[in-house]
Amino acid sequence: MCQELENTSETGLQFFGKISASISHEIKNVLAIINENAGLLEDLTLMGDRGIPIDPERLKVMAAAVKKQIGRADGIIKDMNRFAHSIDQTCTTVDLAQTIELIMALTARFAAMRGVQVNLQLPENPVTFQTAPFLLMNLLWLCLDFSMSASGDDKRVELVVEAAENSVRIRYRQLAGLTEALLENFPSEREKNLLAVLEAKLAAEPEREEVVLRLSK
Amino acid sequence: MKARLLIVDDEVQFVQALSERLSMRDYDVTTSLSGEDAIEKIKNYNFDVVILDVRLPGIEGTEVLREIKNLKPLTEVIMLTGHGTMEMAIEGMKLGAFDILMKPCETEDLTLKIARAHDRKAEHEDRIRAAKISDFTSSPRSVLKDV
Repeated sequence: MCQELENTSETGLQFFGKISASISHEIKNVLAIINENAGLLEDLTLMGDRGIPIDPERLKVMAAAVKKQIGRADGIIKDMNRFAHSIDQTCTTVDLAQTIELIMALTARFAAMRGVQVNLQLPENPVTFQTAPFLLMNLLWLCLDFSMSASGDDKRVELVVEAAENSVRIRYRQLAGLTEALLENFPSEREKNLLAVLEAKLAAEPEREEVVLRLSK
Repeated sequence: MKARLLIVDDEVQFVQALSERLSMRDYDVTTSLSGEDAIEKIKNYNFDVVILDVRLPGIEGTEVLREIKNLKPLTEVIMLTGHGTMEMAIEGMKLGAFDILMKPCETEDLTLKIARAHDRKAEHEDRIRAAKISDFTSSPRSVLKDV
């Protein structure tokens, strides 16, 4: 158990670093857009000084662009804050839908970079249970990361959450590129350690093109 | 003649604003929102300088750079990067990029680098032209090699 926890700490740090780096990259992009719009405003002002009239519509468009980016940055920072606070308590009650949605938001750029579209299907009723939120997010991400690699030419991953009385299943579906060869390295030790600590189970079914993660409630 | 620029970045608003600002500075600006589109444009048009984001959906920036250098070796490339992608930008320098610029960047820094990149391309083209003339004057039949 101690060895598993030690290994999950290392995996967790890598996960935290990866997500943090991605967030900083996203914020840089937002700042770059605001910077260019501020520069454009400066250019227009200089032109105004030289007697070239400034079109108010142009200014409205620029103000809207800046506002849009501020909203975007606010969303990124809110997600970052929730992610950072997921380490506050080792074990607590989590809402699975919110947790998956947060992971999808935090890793949206990774999916976009790989050209993969990720869709989520949730059950009608909320699914809540006691678990280690950070470790759960780490495991959800590792499974999603693998699923994106196994999405084949379709470049689609569908996450379907199904709740039962004592457990919950998260099916990573439509994995058109899921092969036995890919499964030689998945789950690796890092996933196995997380599965052990979270008392979860993972099953891969290439013929059904899906990976199923079962969590105890 | 205006320097011909291609801006490649998947952030639409960034591309629009930068493109407008550079056009105001008398550059001939074309834009692409993906590596695939950029490569198609580079095949069909001669750009002097490409401003290329390192992180792009689909084909990565370094792969786009490799393809640009393969298709149009004289076209100079300035890599744009966030700090998280500095390693990729350094890889880009090894692959022949002219320079790296961190996002968000000062316009003066960018236009200075564009001017230097444009000058270097013009120098290379002059040298090639001079070498061809020298080759031709020493052996007039050499012109047939290019036919």
